Amino acid sequence: MDFPFLWATFLRLIEGVPLTLQLAFLSVGTGLIFALLLGFAMLARFRPLKWLAQAYVFIFRGTPLLVQLFLIYYGLGQFRPFLQELDLWWFFRSPFYCVLLALAMNTAAYGAEIIRGGLQSVPAAQVEAARAFGMSGLTLYRRIIGPIALRQALPSYGNELILMVKATALGSTVTLMELTGIAHKLISETFRAVEIFLVAGSIYLFLNFLLTRLVAWGERAIAPDLAAQEKAKTDIGLKPVQAH
Amino acid sequence: MQSLALLAWGPTGWLDELTFAAGLTLLVALAGFALGSVFGALAAAAKLSRSRLARGAAEVYTTVLRGVPDLLVIYLFYFGGAAMLSAVARLFGHTGFVGMPAFVTAAIAIGLVNGAYQTEVLRGAYLAIPKGELEAATACGMSGWTKARRIVIPQVLRFALPGLGNVWQLVLKESALVAVIGLAVHLPSIDVFSLFTLPEVRFNDLLRQAHVAAGSTRLPFIFYLAAGCFYLLLTTASTLVFQRAERRALVGMRRA
Repeated sequence: MDFPFLWATFLRLIEGVPLTLQLAFLSVGTGLIFALLLGFAMLARFRPLKWLAQAYVFIFRGTPLLVQLFLIYYGLGQFRPFLQELDLWWFFRSPFYCVLLALAMNTAAYGAEIIRGGLQSVPAAQVEAARAFGMSGLTLYRRIIGPIALRQALPSYGNELILMVKATALGSTVTLMELTGIAHKLISETFRAVEIFLVAGSIYLFLNFLLTRLVAWGERAIAPDLAAQEKAKTDIGLKPVQAH
Repeated sequence: MQSLALLAWGPTGWLDELTFAAGLTLLVALAGFALGSVFGALAAAAKLSRSRLARGAAEVYTTVLRGVPDLLVIYLFYFGGAAMLSAVARLFGHTGFVGMPAFVTAAIAIGLVNGAYQTEVLRGAYLAIPKGELEAATACGMSGWTKARRIVIPQVLRFALPGLGNVWQLVLKESALVAVIGLAVHLPSIDVFSLFTLPEVRFNDLLRQAHVAAGSTRLPFIFYLAAGCFYLLLTTASTLVFQRAERRALVGMRRA
């Protein structure tokens, strides 16, 4: 093991972490807002709205993120004069904004499915009981539907967050110098792929480890009773096996 | 309307090239999935084994490959694989750089990543087999291999089918990443028994082919959109196939 080289690589790679985190946080943030709208739209009673949301989710989950990114970054270049006229060209010219848009639109589709699943998992009886108490509208959502749906959705959403951190690596294909971009540059300079992979991979694993801890903490915070039960079951080896 | 003519079949349009490219993409995905099943089955067996070392190794494998971007793994094999091959070639007196065929690189990289996901699916499926059935098989005097062949494998496949369907969708979409290492299969022209010659052919993968078409026609939006449609076609067709397979596999099961 060439430790001085590993250390030097680490110092170079760590410069890419802020951009990786920036991409991940900004895209997840904007994606979540969009996902919420889509998730509710998928359960809407107004059919056209529902179909529109379903079509969006179907298309974005059925195609690779890289194709979506190329479509936005390279593809929209075809309409450059038009975009310049609309004064939007500064946005679509920038690889950073294009990656952000592609990631956010992609995670919105997956997030919408998770939110729809969470909302549908709320037992009808609970909603009926709440209505019988005279709750309506926002109160119903704030007290009953929201908390139950959130408990259901958070574990899946945690997985989606990790996928997003990994997905930021695609930024390197459109010249962004985030973690993978720098790793790629270093590999093609030195051809020491294994060592550089080791360091870059460790950084990603560390980021994702922090993320899983954060999500686990969040799960405990919103559902302490459930988390305690689960832990007890795991501890004594009774954790039920998931049936298909 | 001129752009529509560019999407026609034949020498003037790009539809034939894109279709063949989609075929190559499907092939990479299939190879990656098949390799992934091997890695996945081995790692799942290791995770279920009594040996602490095997369990630890499998745990490291799935944690690393599921926590690191796929693109990084592809870069590792594209550059690292070539370096490794060159080192081996040097042992045999060959000097210089030996490249690794892009198809092999892509299949191994995708297979390794996909295997990590398959591990969890297969492990879960094994655990879903009722313990009583395994005990009954032992009580009937079945040996390890017979038990695996008659009791374990058929049920693991049945329980794993929905999960494997998801993993297949992943591998299909992941196969787009191989465009960054320029996956192309190059077949030289072949003389068949001096009767006729097969022309030299060169296949790109779907996204790469779209990239090439976009560059030469300066209509990137049209061609990336076309690539997206092909992917949508592949993923949708896969969904239908897996739905049918699940129906068939569950024929003898009681529905809850």
